[in-house]
Amino acid sequence: MPAFTVKDFWRRYRRNKGAVVGLVVLLLVMLMAATAPWLFPGSPWDMASAPFLPPGEMGMLLGTDSLGRDVAAGIAHGARISLLVGAVSTAAALLVGVTLGAIAGYLGGFADDAIMRFTEFFQTIPSFVLAILLVAIFTPSIGSVVFAIAVVSWPPVARVVRAEFLSLRGREFVQAAEVLGKSRVSIVLTDILPNALSPIVVLSSLMVATAILLESALSFLGLGDPNLMTWGFLIGSGRSVIRLAWWMSVFPGIAIFLTVLALNLVGEGLSDALNPRLARQRGGAA
Amino acid sequence: MTVSRRGLLAATAAVPGLMRVQDAQAQGIAPRRGGTLTTMLTPEPPVLQIGVNNQGPTLVIASKMFQSLLSFTPALEPIPVLAKSWTISPDGKEYVFTLQEGVKFHDGQPMTAEDVIFSIMKFHTELAPRARAVFALIESATAPDPLTVRIVLKQPFQPFLLMFDASACAIVPKHLFDGQDYRTAPAVQRPVGTGPFRFAEWQRGNFVRLERFADYWKPGQPYLDAIIYRVVPDSQSRRLAIETGQAQLTQANDIEPFDVPALRAKPNLEVNVKGWEYFSPVSWIELNHRVKPLDDMRVRQAISMAIDRNFIAQRLWFGVGKPATNPVASTTRFHDAGAKVAAYDVRAANALLDAAGHKANAQGVRFTLKHLVLPYGEIWSRLGEYLKQAFRQVGIALELESTDAGSWARRVGAWEYETTINFVYQFGDPTLGVERTYVSTNIQKVTFTNTGGYSNPKVDELFATARGSADPKDRQAAFSAVQKILCEEVPQIWLMEMAFPTIHDKKLRNVITTGLGVHTSFDDVFLTA
Repeated sequence: MPAFTVKDFWRRYRRNKGAVVGLVVLLLVMLMAATAPWLFPGSPWDMASAPFLPPGEMGMLLGTDSLGRDVAAGIAHGARISLLVGAVSTAAALLVGVTLGAIAGYLGGFADDAIMRFTEFFQTIPSFVLAILLVAIFTPSIGSVVFAIAVVSWPPVARVVRAEFLSLRGREFVQAAEVLGKSRVSIVLTDILPNALSPIVVLSSLMVATAILLESALSFLGLGDPNLMTWGFLIGSGRSVIRLAWWMSVFPGIAIFLTVLALNLVGEGLSDALNPRLARQRGGAA
Repeated sequence: MTVSRRGLLAATAAVPGLMRVQDAQAQGIAPRRGGTLTTMLTPEPPVLQIGVNNQGPTLVIASKMFQSLLSFTPALEPIPVLAKSWTISPDGKEYVFTLQEGVKFHDGQPMTAEDVIFSIMKFHTELAPRARAVFALIESATAPDPLTVRIVLKQPFQPFLLMFDASACAIVPKHLFDGQDYRTAPAVQRPVGTGPFRFAEWQRGNFVRLERFADYWKPGQPYLDAIIYRVVPDSQSRRLAIETGQAQLTQANDIEPFDVPALRAKPNLEVNVKGWEYFSPVSWIELNHRVKPLDDMRVRQAISMAIDRNFIAQRLWFGVGKPATNPVASTTRFHDAGAKVAAYDVRAANALLDAAGHKANAQGVRFTLKHLVLPYGEIWSRLGEYLKQAFRQVGIALELESTDAGSWARRVGAWEYETTINFVYQFGDPTLGVERTYVSTNIQKVTFTNTGGYSNPKVDELFATARGSADPKDRQAAFSAVQKILCEEVPQIWLMEMAFPTIHDKKLRNVITTGLGVHTSFDDVFLTA
């Protein structure tokens, strides 16, 4: 395997212009989330001005909603929740997916069969419906939303990791490690997993995007945590008055669109940087 | 005094059909026969037989097929319907109703005193808890002749007449129900009443069609050929239907309050928030008195003062409804305008909480309460969010909990909540619709009883006096006293006298003529050319 240096990685990542734009947008969203308490002090639920102010009036950059709450403050504070939910639920899904995928791929046989049938069981249920069901059963809260998103997003991870492990475990360096008497756990963690990382990294950036979309969709349907301001909630509460106040739904919508697009571009850039051969092929075709 | 007043009313209003025609002619328009009214029904009811189901959508449609002895004006004075006239004995115990002649059920059978007695003593007494509670006071109900019903009460009950509206005691045909299980009798699927419209067709999930009943007892009426109730689950589609003229009438929950301002601006539509006087729901923040510190009167007073009721009525409900001042709606009998809750005053509220010993911590929070958001749609979620901010101003952190309609009813019924929102119909009289929320004898693990657990022997006594007294003056004195105590102790935080917009095409006439609005028979409603 070629040794990766940060410099090499960045050089290859940089080649994809879209990925660079995506990274910049993502960093800006993160910056907004981090600085929200200073940019918009106080709670985003505070009634800051008169209701239904159009953007730009009375110092309200993006207007106010039906209760006179600042839409811009809602978007900034909502970024915190959206990114948090995206990150935490992806981490939880990765933990479950990588563990099960690694066990299935490395052990094979009965364990593989059992784990894959279990995974398929989850894959046959439409994921959004399952997420709605889980949140409804556990009553909407930030914890149940993260749990529901993690539950519906781990199966693809498990399948990808299993496929990688299946192809890697027959390689000579793995056989060598076995001959040397390394323990199975050690082989999985130190030999195979690092070589299977690149597809996982790419996949996880896309999973964060999906998780943000899922959380927004749940909040839109009124199944978000009622105590937290999120982008989906902003759109959901603005939907009914869209003819009266378009800005209530449009700006949070743009925020979701940009963040999810940025995450997808970053994912593509990561894929190019981590799989230089694939990137060159794609570059050649273009 | 009561007798002569009622008697006079009965005499002057003996020919209501003709009066309505004159009303219409006074406006320069003669009623026109013909035309089909298309309207909506939200949500679709499980069954159309009143009694078997008494929820809002059933009442809207069943009131066209079923009638009762009376109806009520916006001031809640009785109007004769199936009863031509009535007398009440001076001791308030004996009621004698004289029925209209020539009234027929939709299956052609004549309606007689036997049907009325069956409806009161058997049908509604068995099916409806509200009717059961009042009709249990009846000692005897007899029919001296086929067109006379004589009811003797065990004790005087002044709001008794209010029970004879179609929504409370619709007259059903004895011959189709007697001796059967009322819930499963064949007539439940094809309702048969005496109303101006009879059941024609119900395509589930699509529409219910009612057609003109040719043998209706008022000659020449009804004017409409048919009424079609469409089932449209999405509120924006319903709004489009009334905007584009596909429907000529919307009622109750069809149109969301935030759509009302735009519809008010339409020149061809009329928006009316009257016609709910008989029901007069008042909404309140329901406090569970078992949760500390909600048992402390000062805390409740502070919460009440922290709420800007004008903001709720104007900004959340867009002026559909008005701020509540008192547990008894201003449109309900015996409302005392002199009894008012303390005005919106955040500073005074904070001072009260300080005095009650609830010191704020570093984050400015005195204590935390949970709030079960009423799961009846978006506007109630907005209300929850407003309350969260309003409570925060006085240092109370309100944690919102979401739930579904079934869980909400179960949790409130089981006292498993700290605060929530609730509202009940008042049915014209505090004894019928207000008492149940505040008397300690009604502290039950059942939704819409005194689930908050407020208890004050003086309040119990005053409500009992008002219930048992035959003289309206004595009742007013008791109700005034009880309203003063309740406004002082604020067992629940009253928010709004609710109203629902009735929106109709200006071509549709006589829509709201009584205190029951769209829950009347529509026998005088017509479409102008």
